[in-house]
Amino acid sequence: MSTLTSKARRAFLQKLLAGSAAAGLYMVYRHPVVAALSDTKDANATGQAAERDFAFVVDVSRCIGCGQCVKACSVENDVPDGQYRTWIERYVVTPDGVRVDSPEGGMNGFEKLDDETAAQALNSFFVPKLCNHCAEAPCIQVCPVGATYRSAEGFVLVDSEHCIGCSYCVQACPYGVRFINSEQRIADKCTWCYHRVSKGKLPACVTVCPTQARMFGDLNDPNSEVAKVRQADQWDVLKPEHHTESMCFYLSLPRVVV
Amino acid sequence: MLPNESLLNYYFPNEAEVHWSLMIVIYPYITGLVAGAFVVSSLYHVFKIKAFENIARFALVSAFCFGLFAAVPLLLHLGQPLRAFNIFFTPHTTSAMSVFGFVYSSYMILLMVELWLVYREYFIQKAKETQGVAGLVWKALTLGVTDYTPEAARFDHKLTTFLAAIGIPWACFLHGYVGFIFGSVKANAWWATPLQPIIFLMSAIVSGIAMLMLMYSFIRWRTRQPYDFRMIHNLMVFLWGFFIIDFFLEGLEIVYVAYEHGHHWSVIGPLLSGPLYGTFLVGQLLILSVIPFLILGYITIFDPWGKRLLYLANLASFMLVLQVLFMRFNVVVGGQLISKSDRGFSEFHFEFLAREGVLPAIIILSAPFAVFYLISRVIPILSDEPQTEWPTGIEDQVREKTT
Repeated sequence: MSTLTSKARRAFLQKLLAGSAAAGLYMVYRHPVVAALSDTKDANATGQAAERDFAFVVDVSRCIGCGQCVKACSVENDVPDGQYRTWIERYVVTPDGVRVDSPEGGMNGFEKLDDETAAQALNSFFVPKLCNHCAEAPCIQVCPVGATYRSAEGFVLVDSEHCIGCSYCVQACPYGVRFINSEQRIADKCTWCYHRVSKGKLPACVTVCPTQARMFGDLNDPNSEVAKVRQADQWDVLKPEHHTESMCFYLSLPRVVV
Repeated sequence: MLPNESLLNYYFPNEAEVHWSLMIVIYPYITGLVAGAFVVSSLYHVFKIKAFENIARFALVSAFCFGLFAAVPLLLHLGQPLRAFNIFFTPHTTSAMSVFGFVYSSYMILLMVELWLVYREYFIQKAKETQGVAGLVWKALTLGVTDYTPEAARFDHKLTTFLAAIGIPWACFLHGYVGFIFGSVKANAWWATPLQPIIFLMSAIVSGIAMLMLMYSFIRWRTRQPYDFRMIHNLMVFLWGFFIIDFFLEGLEIVYVAYEHGHHWSVIGPLLSGPLYGTFLVGQLLILSVIPFLILGYITIFDPWGKRLLYLANLASFMLVLQVLFMRFNVVVGGQLISKSDRGFSEFHFEFLAREGVLPAIIILSAPFAVFYLISRVIPILSDEPQTEWPTGIEDQVREKTT
């Protein structure tokens, strides 16, 4: 092999490498997710705190298990049958143990307990569940492509155009709120109705709840119900041992609830 | 038995489906075979264990064949397979999974370069001997370098040793990473243990050695070639050694959680006595571990020869290949059976024809063997000069008398 060819080849390979690297960087840089992340960084760099910081409150003592919230969510977000962005659990505590059920996510309410269980019951109540939009969300950490992210206002969202449907986030969520949408084949979960909130409305489930068991609002607004709840410091979160910094605060949450 | 005083088997509504199913069972299985086979080839190339000289190339080709299909189950699993390359374009570096594409592709490149170095001399020889289209193909395989000088041979040898050496931590990374993916999920009591990467790694080496043993025996039997019993014996000694570590760690994990008797045990106890009783306790731990453990111990200590060695080695290897497959299933699917409600277990149902069903799994698991067969038609893989002849009968009798 002549020196000339060898040099030419080396030069060509160097250019090829440089070209590939540049193209790769460009693709990464131009990607919407990366662009969004850079924007967030810019905002942080200028020291601007997010104007709004949303949180959710569930008052277990107020929930009557009517299932309106589950229905509303399903319709509003076009959730496939058999999958749930939110659901309601019924807990019945007896001397023998705990009986939990959630038929069809509680969408159609709950059938009356049989007489024997009802007679034994020491305590019974309903617990609505939904995405906790954790500040330290495991689902965001594990997403291999950055399709799951947290907006500056506190919404944990999935970029439906970018998700590869690997289900790692489904595994990582300690609360079981994520699923792979059976129609779109991407990760799906409660968005706190981001599309509604961004237009000044409340999440669908909050709107239809007849007993105000579900509350939603801005922590930065001292008059909001959620800010007051947080301030009163009488709330609990689900699975605190996971340290996910859940932004869904439960009131009157019995210890037996997982 | 249900966990945490539950009176009714309850799992969260979205847990009705097991999201990581058969494809995610066979994915670590295949990468394990890659890592295991590679380790065997490195035992010769790096650690200079002469007994494996004749199978070093064979182990390398096998690792390559398995490697070719390691990512296929992942593609079939993805909800959006056409977006698979996002993992290269926008890797989210806080996620352990984001390194997959880079680790896997770099490892495959390393394997290919090492294979090429090992076969370069053969390619050059064929390129010189062959005419026509076939000659062109051979020439292409030489990548245009048709001189093979003693200096080149020495350099190739050094480079091969170097690649085989860095290949070991790389193979460990490729497979330990899979264990890390599971071990780091705090939401899953059955997965979350720092032992997971090392268990995956040890079981990978076990499955790789055992699979090579089965393939070796099959090829020798089909081609009516004599067996290298010294090599088989040594391979089984290594298999026993790695399996002791593997088995010990798998046992340790259970014993530890049971003894600790903490939060994890409240769901793992019922899991083991319930849904995983058959496949884990009876299948993986009792039958598929204890029997091969005893057989391999017998081979190591009493040094049987001839047909007895061959049958025992194959029986143990077959059981261990299954043991590791069971282990993958018990970890991947078993962990997902635990409801995050901590109050029950979901169910897993085998599908046959579905995208992640049994049939695609069988096809993917068979594919490396088909490719191996095709490669073996064109290049020599196993050296045909074993150190010992097919049992003469006399040697067997002598050995039996002395033991």
